[in-house]
Amino acid sequence: MNALLALFAREWKLAVRVGGGALMGALFFLIVVTVVPFGVGPDLNLLSRIGPAILWIGALLATLLSLDRLFQVDRDDGGLDLILMGESPLELVVLVKCLAHWAATGLPLVIASPLLAIFMNMEPIAIGATTLTLLVGTPALTFTGAIGAALTVTLKRGGLLLAILVLPLTVPVMIFGVSSATAVLYGGMPFTTPFAILAALGLFAMVLGPVAAAAALRHAGE
Amino acid sequence: MRLIDYANPTRFLGLVAKILPWLAGATIVTFAVGLWLVFFRAPADYQQGETVKIMYIHVPFAWLSMFCYMTMAASALGTLVWRHPLADVSAKCAAPIGAAFTFLALATGSLWGKPMWGTWWVWDARLTSVLVLFIMYLGLIALQETIEDPLRAAKASAVLTLVGVVNIPIIKFSVDWWNTLHQPASVFRMGGSTIDASMLVPLLIMAVAFSLLFVWIHLMAMRNEIIRRRIRTMRMIEAAGAE
Repeated sequence: MNALLALFAREWKLAVRVGGGALMGALFFLIVVTVVPFGVGPDLNLLSRIGPAILWIGALLATLLSLDRLFQVDRDDGGLDLILMGESPLELVVLVKCLAHWAATGLPLVIASPLLAIFMNMEPIAIGATTLTLLVGTPALTFTGAIGAALTVTLKRGGLLLAILVLPLTVPVMIFGVSSATAVLYGGMPFTTPFAILAALGLFAMVLGPVAAAAALRHAGE
Repeated sequence: MRLIDYANPTRFLGLVAKILPWLAGATIVTFAVGLWLVFFRAPADYQQGETVKIMYIHVPFAWLSMFCYMTMAASALGTLVWRHPLADVSAKCAAPIGAAFTFLALATGSLWGKPMWGTWWVWDARLTSVLVLFIMYLGLIALQETIEDPLRAAKASAVLTLVGVVNIPIIKFSVDWWNTLHQPASVFRMGGSTIDASMLVPLLIMAVAFSLLFVWIHLMAMRNEIIRRRIRTMRMIEAAGAE
């Protein structure tokens, strides 16, 4: 347990200190959201309608962008081999690494989203709902993305392939994340129905992601 | 005869050489019977007219796109659990075939959708989940092509294949879980099929024909892949000897 806590602290420090690039994701998120009005035009009504979807797409892309750091840095400096040989179960190690990664890169996205939602002219209730869905949904993206990060860890430039592999797996999270945010806006179905499924997907990814990523890492290390 | 007996590629190739001509014959005969039934015996639909005949290729393509993925998933288990040497050959060869079948299922469905629904494409649950399946096939092919070491590529794609299995029940039950434009299952369902025998029999024969086609192409692709790997090994030995 102590080893896992130490690992969490190590990952967190590495991510937030110089060269960690933790806030790069949040910056990218800001840029994606800024670019959208240039593409679709500055119509505030339209923006408030598609706002939750834009925030979700931005968060998804920003998460994908930072995923290659999850195992790549450890692989480069040999830390991954030590982790593989360590006594802690690899699945738990991956889980802790994902949690630390999410705390450093996913949480800033969630915190930034209410601010960006104001740019999108969203209603206060929609801002709250979108932030809440992102809070529940972004860990699911990180856990799912860990599978892709582990599969492409041996590749020199696996970033694009990682995105191709992970994006189809994130579709359900995206669907239920956006639909619970829009359910608040338009009614039709209660917020809790898609939100409960989103939470279930998050828990599912929390189990499946580390197990599959650990299997991939073991085979990559052979 | 056990599956492990065919772990030896030479023995497997011998079996394939014996089976292939019969398989080819069976495929051609079934297709001939199926197509004859479809074009000369099956009635036109009272609402859809002759366009209903797209069903006889669309439905088998859709079934096989999922069947092919399950073949890959079984092969992935074979790679990871039993380390069967031919399992990864099977998985690797099934991916392009599966991608082709999925693409054809989408394309024929689109051609059928235009006259029936008035649109080439709708973002409905069944269509979207099949599109995701198509992208997953392409991602698996990309992963296999990117990792140079064949053994490592096989294991990486096996892990991804097993993760992607979650999509298969979503495709199967998408028409039951969501209200979709795509019609729900009508052949294999509780309480018997709702299709009349005059249409069901040609459909099932066409499904058998396409399944035979899949096995035929798959075995040929596996044979080619084994030979390709042998050539690769021979070249490497040759290169090592030349130094």
